Amino acid sequence: MPIKILIPTPLRAYTNKLDTVEVQAATVGDAISALTTQFSDLRKHLYNDEGRLRSFVNVYLNDEDIRFLQKDQTEVSDGDTISIVPSIAGGR
Amino acid sequence: MLRLNEKFAAAIRAHGVETYPHECCGAILGRDAGVAREVLGLVPLANRRDDSPRNRFEITSDDVRVAENKARDLGCDLVGWYHSHPEAPARPSDFDREHAWPWYSYIIVSIEKAEPRAMNSWRLVDDRSRYDAEPIEIIG
Repeated sequence: MPIKILIPTPLRAYTNKLDTVEVQAATVGDAISALTTQFSDLRKHLYNDEGRLRSFVNVYLNDEDIRFLQKDQTEVSDGDTISIVPSIAGGR
Repeated sequence: MLRLNEKFAAAIRAHGVETYPHECCGAILGRDAGVAREVLGLVPLANRRDDSPRNRFEITSDDVRVAENKARDLGCDLVGWYHSHPEAPARPSDFDREHAWPWYSYIIVSIEKAEPRAMNSWRLVDDRSRYDAEPIEIIG
C-alpha cells in the first residue's frame, strides 16, 4: 500500500489540484522527494536554494512532527499519512 | 479581490493596537467565490516570536493546524494570514517574502503610535520574486 501525502491548499496549484498524492517510499525524505519529482513546480516552495526544506515548512507523519522523530530519515509504513504544514513567519 | 466585512477589518486593526508595540497575527478563514475571495472569519493567534516581537511574528505549525481545523469546522478554507507592522508601512518585507507561499492572502496593517493606519492585502507570485497587491473591498 502506498504512502499518502496531504497537499495543503496553497500548493494544490502545483499538483494538478490534487489534495492527496500517493507515493511509494521507505522514509519521509524519500516520500517528499518522490512528490517533488512527480510535481517539480512544488520544489521551490518546499526547498530553499541550498536544497534544504524551507525553515517554515514542517512535515508530520500521521500526527507527529518529524523533527521529534528521525527527521527525513523517519521510516514510513504502508498506510501512513504525511502532512505538509507551514509555520507562518514574517515581520517588518 | 478580497472582500472583507468592516467588522473583520475593525477586528484586525484592534488586534494590532492591542498588541502594539509588538506585532499581532492571526488566520483568515474564507472562501473563493469567482473572482473575489470572501472573508468569513478570523482566528487571532499568539505571536510565538518571544525574542523579537516588535519586528517579527511567528505562528507555529501546531497553531496552523488549530486554524485549519476551525476552518474545516466552519465549512470554509484557511485562505490567509494577517499581521501588523508597528511603526512600518503596510507592505511586505523581504523577510515576509522568504516565509510565504502563493495563494494565501497576507493582510498587513500598519500601526503608528498605537493608532491603526493603512491596511493592505498581498499575494506572493508563483516564482516567489515579489508580492502583488490584492485589492480589499470593505463591505457591511
